This record gives sequence, C-alpha cells and structure tokens, in this order.
Amino acid sequence: MSRNRKIMAVASEGGHWIQLMRLRPAFEGADVVYVSTNPGLASAFGLQNFHLLPDANLNKKIKLMYLLYKAFLLVRRERPTHIITTGAAPGFAVILCGKLLGAKTIWLDSIANADELSGAGCKVGKIADHWLTQWEHLPEKYPGLEYKGRVI
Amino acid sequence: MIYVTVGTQLPFSRLIRAVNDLAADRGLDVFAQIGPDASHYHAIRTESFISPSDADLHIQKAELVIAHAGMGTIITASQYGKPLIIMPRHFQFGEHRNDHQMATAKRFQDFPNITVVDDKRSLAEAVAAALESVQDENYSSVSQYAPDEFISELRKLLV
Repeated sequence: MSRNRKIMAVASEGGHWIQLMRLRPAFEGADVVYVSTNPGLASAFGLQNFHLLPDANLNKKIKLMYLLYKAFLLVRRERPTHIITTGAAPGFAVILCGKLLGAKTIWLDSIANADELSGAGCKVGKIADHWLTQWEHLPEKYPGLEYKGRVI
Repeated sequence: MIYVTVGTQLPFSRLIRAVNDLAADRGLDVFAQIGPDASHYHAIRTESFISPSDADLHIQKAELVIAHAGMGTIITASQYGKPLIIMPRHFQFGEHRNDHQMATAKRFQDFPNITVVDDKRSLAEAVAAALESVQDENYSSVSQYAPDEFISELRKLLV
C-alpha cells in the first residue's frame, strides 16, 4: 500500500524563502513540512508544520557538516516522500539526505541566478531527480538542467 | 515613510549613505534595515536586522521602498503593488560575490512599479518622481503565487 504524499519544502530565509512561498498551490492535497533558517517565518506566513535548520556555506566545512547532520536527523524523522527546495545550503543538505532516504527530490534554482548557477546549484545537479532553472537560456550551458517556468 | 532594505547577508553602505544624504537634504522620513553595517547614519532610523513579519509590515505600510536588487524585496513589494527603487550591488565595489544583482535588476526593470538606479543622482531623481506620483498612482499588485502553468508543471513532478 502506498503511503500518503508528504512534501518537505525547504529554503533559507530571504529571497529563497519568498520564492518557495509562491509555489504553495503546487503542494495542495499533500502533507507539507516547511523548513527554513529563521524561526520568525512560521508566524509571518501562518505555517503550522515548520522546522528549523542552521544556515551554512559550502565553503565552511564545519558548519556544513553540522547542517548535514541536522538535516539527516530531520529527514529521517519526517520521512518525506518528496523534497522541493529553492536553495540554498539547507536545501542542498536536505536533498542529499533525502536521496539517501528514498525521497523524490526537486531543486529549483533561484531566479537571482541569471548568468550561472550558484555553487550549491551546480553540485546538486548530479543528485536531484529534477534540476530546474528559472532562466530559459541556462539549460544549454548545463546538461541535465531544465526550464519549466518561473515563480514570477 | 520610506522603507529601505539591503537584506541580511552583506552591508550596502553606498546605498544607505546615498539615502541618508537625501533624507538630510529633503527632510524625508526613512527607516532602513541595513544588515551587518556598523556605520552611523544621522538622518535616518536604522536597524541591522528585523523579523520577517516586521519586514513584511514595513513594505506594506511604506509609501516607497528602496532596496538592493534582492528577490525577496522585489517579490514582496510587487505583491503589495508598492513603488520600488532598486540599486543593484556591484562586484567591483566589493558589494557582492558576483554581479548577479545586475542581471536581476535588468530582468525586473520593466515591472511598472520598479525603477532601477545606479548612483546617488539617479536615486535622488527616482525618489523625487516616486514621491510626486505616489498619491495618484496605485500599482496593481502581482499575484502572491507563481503563474498557473508553472504550478501545474511542478504538480506533475510532485506525484
């Protein structure tokens, strides 16, 4: 018997998060767990099922290891069937852990990356099930990258 | 009230200094969220960081928003139909890790509520123009959700 869909929607605070919030109609009909880096976002957006992860930077190894550890515990506990993220480091960490634990994963690169993908955005391409950009011209530069639309 | 924001990651003193000078010249009421910036700006009220709810509320209440070319502010101001002036951060001035804000500004410059500026003088002109027209012009607000076609594409991936 297949279990209910459970979507884990992840973004660090700021522009990444605001972009993620514009995708909410796509999550209708599934259980949704939101994950971000600022506890104030839960009340600002009226979200019940909200979890925190530390922010990190791919160049800072210790912080990144800590983020990966926290992300692994969170994904193992929540067991999402699907993961979608607009970045940055927390989204990368959750996708990595989600793949290990059998979730279907989607990376939607930020609309701010018009000329090239971010470091996390490049690395995640080999891992995520769907690797999306919001710029029509970028897929020719990155094999495997897809354009399916934009948040605004 | 004019609300100014530069996000949480990096200072943007070129913009804040220009706004401060303008506020001193013209007696403008400005509240600015300036990020990790230790400078003192005498003519405006500043906070380094504010909560997400407060940021949202300030955009909602402001007659004009001035910001770096960050997506969070661009989207939120457009959702509220607020006039928005953006000054992109330059890599060459050490204001960001690359020039992606230039591309962002170019991408959104045609939005009816958005004016892109690049220096103190063009900022002053844009502020004057925005404050003049703000009484009789209400920009239509952008939907708070992504376009329907994109939502349905994502729904297909989320099965």
